Amino acid sequence: MMLNAFLVVAAALFCIGFYGLVTSRNAVRVLMSIELLLNAVNLNLIAFSNFLDPNNIRGQLFAIFVITVAAAEAAVGLAIVLAIYRNRDTIDMENFNLLKW
Amino acid sequence: MVLGGAAGVVLLRSMVHSAFLLGLVFIGMAGLYVLLNADFVAAAQVLIYVGAVNVLILFAIMLVNRRLPSGDQKILSPRNTVTGALCAGLFVLLSVSIFNTPWQVQSPVPMNTVIEIGKRFFGEFLLPFEVASILLLISMVGAIILAQREFVPAVTEEGGEPLALPERPRDEEVTTAALPSGKR
Repeated sequence: MMLNAFLVVAAALFCIGFYGLVTSRNAVRVLMSIELLLNAVNLNLIAFSNFLDPNNIRGQLFAIFVITVAAAEAAVGLAIVLAIYRNRDTIDMENFNLLKW
Repeated sequence: MVLGGAAGVVLLRSMVHSAFLLGLVFIGMAGLYVLLNADFVAAAQVLIYVGAVNVLILFAIMLVNRRLPSGDQKILSPRNTVTGALCAGLFVLLSVSIFNTPWQVQSPVPMNTVIEIGKRFFGEFLLPFEVASILLLISMVGAIILAQREFVPAVTEEGGEPLALPERPRDEEVTTAALPSGKR
């Protein structure tokens, strides 16, 4: 069935994004992994909206809101990365112990 | 293609390569949205993700990544293997639950999604629409405040060592050098 195929693709994308989110040490790569996660969620939403709710497409509306929030998150996250790089001279996630006890 | 690109985003060493692969993944996702009868979301995906977010990430890489981070660890370190096993287990769990759920699939009806989305945005979803616009404004202001440089005098007064501010002093030199030449 087509819905299962799309959902499996979204699940695999989510898992790859989660792997990158946990393992990568570069802060920009962490942000890219978060974008992958949000894309997987969007694919799920649109697949559900196409196959289970075709008359009133609420999933697509929700996907648009998710895209908006993702754009805002990327802007603020990259600004934070730039500020940290300017102050600490690194973007390694292991060295961000500013808020750690 | 999308999954291979996503794996490349996570696994590749070079940040620039993974950023371009991320753009490829976004375009492939837009193609999947077109397959799912969501043409407006596909257009928004291409415009916002490929046009804005990916360019922003490339900018950040160009600004930040002058020295490559030296602490690259191997692919098969214990943390990576544990996380990979965890993600594989999560994937197996998700696919089992996907294939065991009896979905009530309805046949897709052809409609003009752009008109429908516009009607809904200004009908029942008007308040979230406005809240999203305010959220974008707030995030834009916050990003500018976070990313702007401090004033040059306040920084140079407090510390004995000169902080590395490559642009501003050169700018002042240019203006002071340009003033006499302008008088001449």
